[in-house]
Amino acid sequence: MVAESLLNTGDTAWILMSTALVMLMTLPGLALFYGGMSKKKNVLNTIFLSLSGFAIACIIWIAYGYQFTFGTSIAGLIGIPTNFFLSGIGLDMIHPDTTIPELLYVVFQATFAAITVALISGAIVGRMKAKAWLVFVAVWVTLVYIPIAHWVWGGGWLFELGALDFAGGAVVHLNSGIAALALILVLGKRKDTRLLPHHLGYSVIGAALLWFGWFGFNAGSALGANGLAANALITTNTAAAAAMIGWILIDIWKTGKPTVLGAITGAVAGLVAITPATGFVDVPASIIIGFSTVFVSYFAISYLKPKLGYDDALDAFGVHGLSGTWGAILTGIFACPAINEAAGLLYGNPNQLVIQLISIVAVAAYSFILTYVIAKVLDKVMGIRVDDRTEIEGLDAKEHEELGYRI
Amino acid sequence: MKEIRAIIRNERLDAVKDALEKVDCKGITVVDVKGRGEQLGIEENYRGSSYRIDLLSKVKISTVVPDESVEKVVQAISEAAQTGNVGDGKIFITNVEEVIRIRTGERGNDAI
Repeated sequence: MVAESLLNTGDTAWILMSTALVMLMTLPGLALFYGGMSKKKNVLNTIFLSLSGFAIACIIWIAYGYQFTFGTSIAGLIGIPTNFFLSGIGLDMIHPDTTIPELLYVVFQATFAAITVALISGAIVGRMKAKAWLVFVAVWVTLVYIPIAHWVWGGGWLFELGALDFAGGAVVHLNSGIAALALILVLGKRKDTRLLPHHLGYSVIGAALLWFGWFGFNAGSALGANGLAANALITTNTAAAAAMIGWILIDIWKTGKPTVLGAITGAVAGLVAITPATGFVDVPASIIIGFSTVFVSYFAISYLKPKLGYDDALDAFGVHGLSGTWGAILTGIFACPAINEAAGLLYGNPNQLVIQLISIVAVAAYSFILTYVIAKVLDKVMGIRVDDRTEIEGLDAKEHEELGYRI
Repeated sequence: MKEIRAIIRNERLDAVKDALEKVDCKGITVVDVKGRGEQLGIEENYRGSSYRIDLLSKVKISTVVPDESVEKVVQAISEAAQTGNVGDGKIFITNVEEVIRIRTGERGNDAI
């Protein structure tokens, strides 16, 4: 325990604010972003997936998630839990190497666990039983998110190896994107796999709230109100803007017309890609990261998905999995020692790129295998896919007995 | 007596209603419908994939008029609903055997 006098009110105020911003990313940000893209008959179910994912992850985090993630490491694999339900964490405790309360760090991190699991839901809309989703969230956060967060952020083996992941490129985006892919391989394709958004206006509001909240997600990860936070904020905003322009240009190149869904998809892909790099790279690099990542996600969504035939409904894998991977790779290239004492390939340290690749492969493999097994077991135990009639008539009416629209 | 049914663009509904009032055709029934014409719908493009939307939203207006009013009513609808673009819609005219006003029991032209 560190003395209370080390607490900095400016830092604390900023992380309090950042926590609220990250919460806003899931509810209503992600809920509206996904809700608008889904079919009219599934809008409430889609929003419910984000709502329930957030609530369950937050409770798990308080109960034992934080302890297993940030407790003293056992062989670099998982933390030792010492105080369940945060018992023993007092108001005067300061998080090590920071000037903010331990309790604040706990809740800031809770919002990360919550949005990660909610991101997965974009892939599975329109066909997963609501009750199966609730169980999946609890099991997935426990068995997949917590160990990976420990490896990368909690003093685990990837942390010791020197993997760079400022705000969650591997832990949040690559992890959720790969998990989404594993889950949909077990769930199977929907009968109608067309992406025909029922209300793109919702998605625009959702994407804007994501962008806004991402300032807390990335700049909050500096854990203080300082120059590093400012660098994270400016690189975040710049990458998102560059990525939006990138997708607009691809749209014009491919079809002759810019699209609104393309513009906001580009922005989100840029935000994903800059996330691992945001506290390690300078502003010019953030333009390259943002602009280049849309080519990766666009390729995955418009070529890879139809060719391979997996049904990533709202492109959780295409956007988060692949732009998260791309961002993690480019972090190993563009990490600038002048920003945060870490050098990438461009600054004479090719080893960093190797470490990034190891972290990508490790996180992707663990996330895919565990998620696949969890989904298979749940399918055997309770069945995870809705019946044909529910899928055709809509999950709102059949799974929730509610309708999003009365008229 | 004839029933005149017109399938028109949603955004021309107010203009058609006004035009019908001017030719003394007051009783109309309006329903939202979906359909397609010779073009088989439109193309929409989402995240690099094109989808053909082959059922478009339209409005169907239905009214029953005396035989002598048919031409002016058709004229009114045609002018008000026309934009000159593909998808302006169609008008159908059919015979009506009998009309009965429920409140009074009147029949035929008196009941229209």
